[in-house]
Amino acid sequence: MHYFNDPHALLQLLRAMRGGIVTTLTIFFATLLISIPLGMVVALLRMSRHKALRLPMSLYILVMRGTPLMLQLFAIYFAVPMLTPFHMDRLVATIVAFALNYAAYFAEIFRGGIESIPVGQYEACRVLGLSKVQTFSHIILPQVVKRVVLPVSNEVITLVKDTSLANVIAVAELFRAAKNEASRAATIEPLFVAGVIYLLMNGVVTIAFSRMNRALAYYKD
Amino acid sequence: MLQAKDIYKRFGESEVLKGVTLNVSRGEVVAIIGRSGSGKSTLLRCLNHLETVDAGSIAIDGQTMVENGPDGRAHYRPDKELRGLLLKMGLVFQDYNLFPHYSALQNVTAAQRMTLRRSPQEAEQRAMLLLEKVGLADKAGEYPCNLSGGQCQRVAIARALAMDPELLCFDEPTSALDPQLTQEVLSVIRQLAKEKRTMIVVTHEMNFARDVADRVIYMDGGRVVEDGAAQDVLGSARSEAIRQFAGEVGY
Ligand SMILES: Nc1ncnc2c1ncn2[C@@H]1O[C@H](COP(=O)(O)OP(=O)(O)OP(=O)(O)O)[C@@H](O)[C@H]1O
Ligand SMILES: [Mg+2]
Repeated sequence: MHYFNDPHALLQLLRAMRGGIVTTLTIFFATLLISIPLGMVVALLRMSRHKALRLPMSLYILVMRGTPLMLQLFAIYFAVPMLTPFHMDRLVATIVAFALNYAAYFAEIFRGGIESIPVGQYEACRVLGLSKVQTFSHIILPQVVKRVVLPVSNEVITLVKDTSLANVIAVAELFRAAKNEASRAATIEPLFVAGVIYLLMNGVVTIAFSRMNRALAYYKD
Repeated sequence: MLQAKDIYKRFGESEVLKGVTLNVSRGEVVAIIGRSGSGKSTLLRCLNHLETVDAGSIAIDGQTMVENGPDGRAHYRPDKELRGLLLKMGLVFQDYNLFPHYSALQNVTAAQRMTLRRSPQEAEQRAMLLLEKVGLADKAGEYPCNLSGGQCQRVAIARALAMDPELLCFDEPTSALDPQLTQEVLSVIRQLAKEKRTMIVVTHEMNFARDVADRVIYMDGGRVVEDGAAQDVLGSARSEAIRQFAGEVGY
């Protein structure tokens, strides 16, 4: 194993893949930044009393979770410019597709969390005169956060690996960079190096979530 | 203080309240007793607007919350005014409904801050006084998950008192508790009665009802069947209906 024994060669490989790592991290953080709040909005609309809000959200969630992310990526990158006057940069299209896809998953996780809060919590708030916004932001949401950390962490770990799908529309992310290096050096070793990098990223994700879990352990449900 | 007149409430096909009338004057303690399913909780929930009534009127402090319109159906005040009136009432639940992510102290300060807009210092001062009153000053920093049922219920009482309600309602405040813990909660309510707080207490504790309540109301099948001084309703001259009910609950 060339790269794993030769620090100099490894350093050079990493330098060649640096752009790819940055792009992967960009996709990762941009997706989370958009899809988590968007997922909350979708969850709330999905639980609305009004059918006109509820049904489109159900359909949205069904399509996003029911079709391959790769297909959604193609659809947004190729079909949107054909049907609308918008042309999208590859990276932007990737982030849009990922954000829309992950928002659907997060929405279902958040909905499950919100629906698991006992109705007595809402009744206590009403009797104490809290407004709807106060009830949600101070009483319901903090309890929901604690209940969804685990399923959310699962999605985030999947997201780290899913970023490699952007390679199919030729976004120069980590996996593509590794593939390029592999064909240039005529060895698949760069792909394994990329694998280790994904693993390290998920190590960081895992540590971050277990810290969060510990921080939320000050009370039990 | 509170006038509820001819309250009707149905859930789908079943009519749960069939014209309930209830008046409570200032400083009075009213106990409501009755079989399971007789509509006691529903009545309290209607008074506190956790349920909307189908027909009837409710007024607190002489101000109407809801009354029948010309169509014979209940019409509520606009939300904003209603909220103000509802704040004159507090409700203590059977299963406490404390906020699990807040400490005992935060449970008692939260609504003071958010609803009454009291300053953090004022809210905290008030909360500590009330926690002391219910015997839990030393538990102020504990979370509900670390408190016993009786302690939770006492925090819930402090939380309700912190809003300075003119009328405090209790829905079977001790039926989730074992006898030992029941007594510590009942003694808090007894203390409140001594202070001449206006209260409505739904309870299965007949001894408590007889000793603490000024008036006892017996409900059956969504109606008030008896309404009188505690010693009349539960005393030796009690009616046949009460005699039978008391037998069922082992009183
Ligand atoms: N939200 C609801 N939907 C449908 N039916 C309800 C609802 N709430 C109460 N009921 C019904 O109304 C009737 C009266 O219920 P309620 O809880 O007021 O009785 P209760 O006197 O408080 O009984 P308990 O002593 O068991 O607490 C019951 O038959 C109950 O099934
Ligand atoms: Mg009940």
